[in-house]
Amino acid sequence: MKIVVCVKQVPDTKGGVKFKPDGTLDRAAMLTIMNPDDKSGLEAALRLKDQYGAEVTVLTMGLPKADAVLREAMAMGADRGILVTDRVLGGADTWATSSTLAAAIKNLDYDLIITGRQAIDGDTAQVGPQISEHLDIPVISYAADIKIDGDYVIVRRQYDDRYHVLKVKMPCLITALQELNEPRYMTPGGIFDAFDKETTVWGRADLKELADENMGLAGSPTQIAKASDKVRKGAGEKVTPDSPQEGVEYIINKLSEKHVI
Amino acid sequence: MGLEEYKGVAVFAQQVDGKLSSIALELLGKGKDLAKDLDTKEVTAVLIGSGVKGLADELAEYGADRVILVDDPELKEYRTEPYAHALASVINEYKPEIMLVGATAIGRDLGPRVSARIHTGLTADCTQLDIGDFPLEPVEGKETKHKQLLMTRPAFGGNTIATIACPNHRPQMATVRPGVMQKADPVKGAKAEIVEYNPGFKPDNKYVEIQEIVKEVSGVADIMDAKILVSGGRGVGSPENFKLLEDLADAIGGTVSCSRAVVDAGWKPKDMQVGQTGKTVRPQVYFAIGISGAIQHVAGMEESDIIVAINKDEDAPIFDVADYGVVGDLNKILPDLTEKIRAARAAKAN
Repeated sequence: MKIVVCVKQVPDTKGGVKFKPDGTLDRAAMLTIMNPDDKSGLEAALRLKDQYGAEVTVLTMGLPKADAVLREAMAMGADRGILVTDRVLGGADTWATSSTLAAAIKNLDYDLIITGRQAIDGDTAQVGPQISEHLDIPVISYAADIKIDGDYVIVRRQYDDRYHVLKVKMPCLITALQELNEPRYMTPGGIFDAFDKETTVWGRADLKELADENMGLAGSPTQIAKASDKVRKGAGEKVTPDSPQEGVEYIINKLSEKHVI
Repeated sequence: MGLEEYKGVAVFAQQVDGKLSSIALELLGKGKDLAKDLDTKEVTAVLIGSGVKGLADELAEYGADRVILVDDPELKEYRTEPYAHALASVINEYKPEIMLVGATAIGRDLGPRVSARIHTGLTADCTQLDIGDFPLEPVEGKETKHKQLLMTRPAFGGNTIATIACPNHRPQMATVRPGVMQKADPVKGAKAEIVEYNPGFKPDNKYVEIQEIVKEVSGVADIMDAKILVSGGRGVGSPENFKLLEDLADAIGGTVSCSRAVVDAGWKPKDMQVGQTGKTVRPQVYFAIGISGAIQHVAGMEESDIIVAINKDEDAPIFDVADYGVVGDLNKILPDLTEKIRAARAAKAN
C-alpha cells in the first residue's frame, strides 16, 4: 500500500504573527512547527504501515525551510519526503494550494492520501477536500479512526452529535482529526536516518499537470482586502476584594445594575 | 465566466434527520441583510435531502423567497458526493452571486468540495459578511469593483482578522461560523416559491457506503442557545467541583459550559466546549470561572454582552476581556454567590 501524507509547516500561533505590506503572511519571520492535525495524519499513516505494511511519502509545499517538517516526518518513520517549492507558487489561497498539491500527487502512485483536517494558521479545513476533488477521488473528512479491509478503508467520520462508519474503495483521501491519536516522538536512530533518506525538491517545472492559471497568488480566486491584528474590546473593571464576601457583593451589585437578577 | 449572469443570494439550508439546523436560519437572516444591498433582493434556500419538502415553509418564515428543493433517496443521510453533486448542480443551473454554507462538520466538507468542482473561491469560517467595494479604498491602476461580498474571518487562532473578497469568480462562497449571525424574526404563514430540481444521481466510486450511524446523545442543553452561561476551566480543579457551577447555573437560570482544558482532561463532553475548536457563544451573561482566557477560548465568547470573570490569578488574560473581574478563590466565592442570587431572585418573585 502506498500512502501520501500532506503536511504543512505552520507558524507557531503562540508567537506573534507578522504580515508583509501586501497583506499576506510574512512566514519567514515566524517560528514554525509541523501542523498538529497533519502530525496526527502522519501518525495514522505510520500505524497503518506498522500494521499492514505501507510506503509512506510525506508531501509539503512551502518555503525551502519547510524541508524541516519532512526531516521530522522521516525521523518519525516516513520513508521519503517531497518538498514543492517555487517562487511562482507563493501567495496561494486554498484553491491554488490544492491545485498545486494535486498536481504533485499526480506524479506519484498512491492508494491513500491523508491530510490533517485543518492547519492552525488558516483554520480553513479546505485543502484536503479540494485536493480530493481535483483528483476525482472520494473524500472522508474528520476521521477519528481508520482501518483497512482489503481494497477498502473503513473510517469513523465524526459529526457534531454523531459519527458515521464509512466504507469506501481506495484510492481515497482522508482528513485526520487531532483526536485520532497521540503522535509518536522522533527516535534518535530515526533522526540519524532521516538525514540519510532522500528528500526530493520539486519546482514549477516538475508539476506537469498544473495549469498556470491555477497557481500562486494570480491563480487564487480569493484575495485579501485587509488583514490586521484583532482589535479586542478593552478590559473592564477588575477588583481584588479583601474577602470572598466582598467579591460576592461586588458581583451581585453589578448583576443587579444590569438587571440580570 | 459571465459574472453578471450570477444574481441573488443563496444559502445551503442544512438539515439533519429532517430537522433544519439552526445555521440554516441564521444564514437566511444574514442573506436577507446582504440582499438589500444587491440588485436582486431575492434570497434562495437550497434544501437537499430525502423527504424534506415539508421544511420549505419554515425556511419561508425565516426569510427565504424561494426554496430550491433537491429531494432524492440518495440524499437521505449526508454523504459528500451526492450532496456536492446536488449543490454544484444547483449553482450551475440557478447561478447565485453569493452562496453561503454553514461552517459545520457537514458544511466544512461540502463547501470545499463544491468550490473546487465549480472553480470558485471559498472563504472559511466567516464571522462577518458585508457588501462593499473591492479594493476597500481605490487603488490606482486597479479597477474598483462594487457590490462585492466582503468576507471577514479570524485566523491564527484568533490573533488576526482578515477580510477577503472573490472579485473574479462566481458565486462568491463562504462558510459561516454557527452562532454568529442573527436569525430574522419569523413571519408566520409566509410562503416561498418552491422549485423542485433533480440533477440525477448515479452512484460511482465516490459514493461512500454508510455502515453504521451512532448518535451521541449527551442530554446537555445546547450552550449556543443559552442566555446565561456558567463556564468552568481547569481552575475548577476537578470534575466533582463542577457541582459549584451547576448550582450557580441552576440559581440564575443558566447553563454550564467549559473550556478546552476541561474537555481534554475528560471532565466534560466536547459539546460543552466554548472556543475556537468548540462553539462560539454570545449569551447575555458569561461567567468565566477558573478560566485563564487563552486566545482560542476568548475567540469563542468575547461577543457575550456581559463577561464576569472569577480567577485567583490576577494576571490571567481573561481579565483583559472581562467587564467585571474578581480576583479570588472560586471555592469560597461561588457557594455564597449562588445563595445570594437565589435569595435575590426569590425576593423579586414575591
